[in-house]
Amino acid sequence: MYGGGYIFEETKNGERTVEDPKRLEDFEARIQAGEKIEPMDWMPAEYRKQLIRMIEQHAHSEIIGALPEGTWITRAPGFRRKLALMAKVQDEVGHAQLLYSAAETLGKPREMMINDLITGKSKYSNVFNYPAVTWADTAVIAWLIDAGAIINQVANSKGSYGPYCRALERICMEESFHLKYGHDNVVFLATGTPKQREMVQDALNRWWKPIMHFFGPSDKISVHTETLMRWKVKMASNDDMRQKFLDMYVPKIWELGLSIPDQKLKKNEDTGIWDYTEPDWEEFKRVINGDGPCNKERLAVRRRAEEKGEWVRKALMRNAEEYTIPLS
Amino acid sequence: MSLKSLDPRITREGLPEEPDNTPVENIHHWTTFEVFHQTKKGDRHIHVGSVHAPNHEMAYILAKEQFARRADCVSLWIVKTSDVYQTNYRDEDMYENNQEKMYREAGGYKVMERINKYRKEHSK
Ligand SMILES: [Fe+2]
Ligand SMILES: [Fe+2]
Repeated sequence: MYGGGYIFEETKNGERTVEDPKRLEDFEARIQAGEKIEPMDWMPAEYRKQLIRMIEQHAHSEIIGALPEGTWITRAPGFRRKLALMAKVQDEVGHAQLLYSAAETLGKPREMMINDLITGKSKYSNVFNYPAVTWADTAVIAWLIDAGAIINQVANSKGSYGPYCRALERICMEESFHLKYGHDNVVFLATGTPKQREMVQDALNRWWKPIMHFFGPSDKISVHTETLMRWKVKMASNDDMRQKFLDMYVPKIWELGLSIPDQKLKKNEDTGIWDYTEPDWEEFKRVINGDGPCNKERLAVRRRAEEKGEWVRKALMRNAEEYTIPLS
Repeated sequence: MSLKSLDPRITREGLPEEPDNTPVENIHHWTTFEVFHQTKKGDRHIHVGSVHAPNHEMAYILAKEQFARRADCVSLWIVKTSDVYQTNYRDEDMYENNQEKMYREAGGYKVMERINKYRKEHSK
């Protein structure tokens, strides 16, 4: 997991740094030509700022995303599933490490990002503010949330910032295991006893709303992102990614005889576009700003982990060693 | 009142119910190390990323976990980031090939013309 639905910062005209037009032109020409931008290259202040914001949100989402699933490790049904879930959760935390490093190359130290996560200053994917109520929830998360994340990450891996693309390549390889593992779990429940089918249907009902929120607000209402798209920071519009997701996964859900809690959900055969009930974007905003069922728990758990580990980090600290920004 | 979770272990932690916005201690930073990974003996070591650590040994432990837990690996190299001397892309042009230095290239040596001329003259 778990990039998706990034909240880009709106820059008021007065705040925008005025860039050297010649440098800006060269920079844009390089991106146009498909070149990657590397940490030491010149880049517009706005590019740096939005990339830090996006990669940081992505990293936080991996860390926080490990919590709703991680909570089920001790209660996983059977040894093999326990091993698989541990491996997946470990991957997600590894993804966060790779992404923090990529963001650091832009000049924001990792400790500062972690501080901004814990104090609620920076965001993470909204879906993790919802609870994994039963084992079936973890199956739905591993299959469908990771599927959404893959769509987003594959698109972003073709972006313009070298360190982020390289991190994503590695991440996408591991995500394919998550997707298979999640699908396997959902299929097992959906083809099992009536009780198991009921469990997975309930989980799907609970998660459909967060899944539809996953790619972020509709293009009609989201912050203008033309510049970010030209700079290959944002690689696909929220609605395009949502459509792609529906196209790939709704048939796979239906083939299991599961139903999706949206009466309007239907593919328009003429246009190839899916119709659906517009998600409640007011709720999305409310939850992302702190008022979801699990926001408090997620941050409190993360803070407690940070506090508990502090003495270890301090004991190992060598004051003579100065922090260096990683290479790439 | 403390935070109630679906997970009994979290409930037992007795976490505060209200969000705490005080910054976490973040004055101390570990430094960073670059990691080079070798897939099999005979291959080159390839740079795969970096880790935060207080020393080489810890960096190795974290690098093994991060970069060698899935893919084949026979060896890792750990180098302190600050020990890497790197050139800037600004100076990229200094690597451009000088066309006048054909004497450095295999293509700068054309002997067939001379050989053919010699053979022609001596084949009577
Ligand atoms: Fe994942
Ligand atoms: Fe991930």
